[in-house]
Amino acid sequence: MAEGVRRKGLGFWSSFLPGFTWMTAMYFVPLGALLVYSFYTHTSRADTPNFTTENFRKIFATDSEHPFFSRTNVKIFLLTFRIAFTVTIIDGLIAFPVAYFLAFHAGRLKQTLIMFILLPLWSSYLVRIFSWKLILEQHGLLNWVLIKLHILSEPSPDFIYNTGAVTAVLCYVWLPFMILPLTTALERLPRRLLEASADLGAGRVRTFYKITTPLVMPGLLAGCMSVFSLSIGDYVTADLVGSGRSVVGKLIFDRMGTYSNYPQAAALSLCIMLVLFIIFGILARFGAFD
Amino acid sequence: MSRHGFQWGKWLTGGFTVLVLMFLHLPVMIAIVFSFSDATIITFPIEHWTTRAYHNVLFEPSGQRLRESLGNSLMVASAATLVACVIGTLTAFAVQRYRFFGRSFYRVAIAIPLLLPGVVTGIAMLVYFTMIGIRTGLVAVLLGHITFCIPVVFSTVASRVARLPRSMEEAAADLGANLPQRLVRVVLPSIFTAMLSGALLAFTLSLDEIVVTYFLSSGTTTLPVAIYTGMRLGFKPDNLAIISMIIGVSGLLIALSQWLVRERR
Amino acid sequence: METPAVTVDHCTRAYGDFVAVNDVSLEIRQGEFFTLLGSSGSGKTTTLRMIAGFERPDAGRILIGGHDVTWQPAHRRNVHTVFQDYALFPHMTVFNNVAFSLRVKRHSRDDLRKSVMEAIEMVQLAGFEKRKPTQLSGGQQQRVALARALVDHPSVLLLDEPLSALDAKIRGEVREELKTLQRNTGITFIYVTHDQEEALTLSDRMAIMRHGKVLQVGPPLQVYEQPADLFVAEFIGKANFVPGVLKSVEGKKAIVQANGSTVGASVLSPIEIGSNVVVMIRPENMRITAAESAAGTIKQSSYLGHGTEYLIDHGSDVFRALQLRRRGEVPLPEGAKVECHWNWEEAIVFRK
Repeated sequence: MAEGVRRKGLGFWSSFLPGFTWMTAMYFVPLGALLVYSFYTHTSRADTPNFTTENFRKIFATDSEHPFFSRTNVKIFLLTFRIAFTVTIIDGLIAFPVAYFLAFHAGRLKQTLIMFILLPLWSSYLVRIFSWKLILEQHGLLNWVLIKLHILSEPSPDFIYNTGAVTAVLCYVWLPFMILPLTTALERLPRRLLEASADLGAGRVRTFYKITTPLVMPGLLAGCMSVFSLSIGDYVTADLVGSGRSVVGKLIFDRMGTYSNYPQAAALSLCIMLVLFIIFGILARFGAFD
Repeated sequence: MSRHGFQWGKWLTGGFTVLVLMFLHLPVMIAIVFSFSDATIITFPIEHWTTRAYHNVLFEPSGQRLRESLGNSLMVASAATLVACVIGTLTAFAVQRYRFFGRSFYRVAIAIPLLLPGVVTGIAMLVYFTMIGIRTGLVAVLLGHITFCIPVVFSTVASRVARLPRSMEEAAADLGANLPQRLVRVVLPSIFTAMLSGALLAFTLSLDEIVVTYFLSSGTTTLPVAIYTGMRLGFKPDNLAIISMIIGVSGLLIALSQWLVRERR
Repeated sequence: METPAVTVDHCTRAYGDFVAVNDVSLEIRQGEFFTLLGSSGSGKTTTLRMIAGFERPDAGRILIGGHDVTWQPAHRRNVHTVFQDYALFPHMTVFNNVAFSLRVKRHSRDDLRKSVMEAIEMVQLAGFEKRKPTQLSGGQQQRVALARALVDHPSVLLLDEPLSALDAKIRGEVREELKTLQRNTGITFIYVTHDQEEALTLSDRMAIMRHGKVLQVGPPLQVYEQPADLFVAEFIGKANFVPGVLKSVEGKKAIVQANGSTVGASVLSPIEIGSNVVVMIRPENMRITAAESAAGTIKQSSYLGHGTEYLIDHGSDVFRALQLRRRGEVPLPEGAKVECHWNWEEAIVFRK
């Protein structure tokens, strides 16, 4: 295993090839196939490899040809981004104090607390979403509590089946994915630097935004990347607690299922990929991958 | 830094953390509570307490579909985790121990399945399988699961391997151990906990995965997809029952693995 | 009398059961190079951190320039620290690292630039302003840390084992540079180290600490020639120890019965006749004469260039003697028989 740098012997190839072959054959090539397929022409009978950019054009057409959707595709994209963005910001704000406590004040409890934060991840994703239905529904827990507290006189149906519900549930579901990288980043912050900053005259606040924040940024951005990308592609949540307004995931899903319009679905996916890569690129520039 | 005086920071963030923890766990507990309900629609409080859902799932024919899909889930998850462990660990070594053209690029590329939404992965694989003639079904699902489990194992093992001092293996070689012996006696024990945690994570991910699985299955499928498609039709405590059992079992597994890890230390 | 730069007034600091600093009092004068010397666990670093403001004493006061700063947090004290691992801000350039304390005080842009460049030039790092710490060598990083701490002219500079992370090769150079720097700026330096050689060469005065207490304070010469107790004698430089019983005292001279023979030593503080004592002789004061039927045999002879160091088997003891080279003299060979003796004024007797 302790091989030289240049000689690529059996050790290298036997460890490199399995992963490389698999990922290329099962992932990278399919992504390429997706790219190719998005230029196929779709007819009601079959998808033919006639090159066309029609799929892409249809995405951004201002007139939707399908009576099902009340909004154009661009607005759907924007809605999805808005949700993902909001979720990321809210999760960031919630995660920060928690991560701070874990990294600086938790001491021996830290491992236990982290385990408790990870625990919900082991109950299924579906249950975590569904339980919010139980809470937010017209005859669910939240209404029951509010009526008992005399805040409401009768149950409200407005807590669920809207964008707010989708946002709230997504915040809930992805929160651990923001807490963990932040905690790691704060743990790794050399305490010495905070002492040096104070030594040189900077008070707590100044130290926080001149030293702590910049050095924690890569971890924060990594967490944001995860949460954002997880939220963008999510449609199960929107399906279960949303208003029926489309998010991008649902769009693709319907194209695949209902209309079997694979080329268009491929085109949509490609668009998402492109946007995500651009965002990742920007975040990487700010140090997210450090 | 200040020893004396009331530490506001500690108590504020600590209290907030407790609230967040409660927030994280409450919904699931509510779901478990509801699995004991008799209702077919969501009402609170629970009118009739019963274990009928559990009974259905475990013994009745009506639970057959759920039981079958659970079995499928476990099979797929186990197989996917196993294969991913092998491939992921090998890849971790390849990337951490050797320099080759495009190494840093490859390292990022491996992580992409985890960065892109499941929809993209699902549709890419479905389109590809259609093109090359692999039919949808459990095999296709397995192939998909392996593909996103590999990066999971890779990242945990790779960071462990990065911290592994080569001098250990060199010392072993110096004392006469050949490659297989070095692997088994020196390398494997050191990365064991990393592999274990990667495997655990991959297993959980696979059990829970919906989107990619949905695209790649037909007919018989895994548990979450079965539940999801059932969910769209209405509320059934059966679903909650089976999930609660899974939660219980996974909780035990985690506790077990934690205990094992502690013993080893 | 001038106000001391720093006063440590009966300070104690404990961590649970472990008492790190035990009723320590020190007065450090303006403009002096003062060293806290001790091994790890002696309390020297904790004392330094109490002066810096990172630790608060459980009892006692800290005064800087006569002002009680015990309750003042670190960022309000006008003292700066050079840390052992330099603690440079990795995300800032050299310039911004050095400018940090000035920015806190909101200096004007031009003033700031001028002061920062002056500080950078003072440590001979002109041209490196735009580099980041990861692009610098250990020695360069240390100089940045120095510039950063000195740029706003603090009244006291605290240095926590600054040389320990450097290669042995450049350690000597940097040591000299530090001394020159202190002389030129006139700033009070409080220096912490476990290396007694460093302490002896650099300090105007030094304090030897052990188990949280100060054993002796004084200029290097005094500490070396008149150590307060056995521990200090052993810690500073090298020494020979001969155990015995105190027989009599005449003025400053003590007669000690050791190993069947009578030896003399000087007395620094009163000791009861008849008590168990130890006589300390520095190697350079241990005289050896070659003689056929002598009690000592040369075990090892190390030629040092400027002299020769001998290890001598003498009965149950092993003595270390240092003979400076004199022209024409040839070092004695191993196995040679020698007689060991000393002038009583050059030895000290300690209570055991």
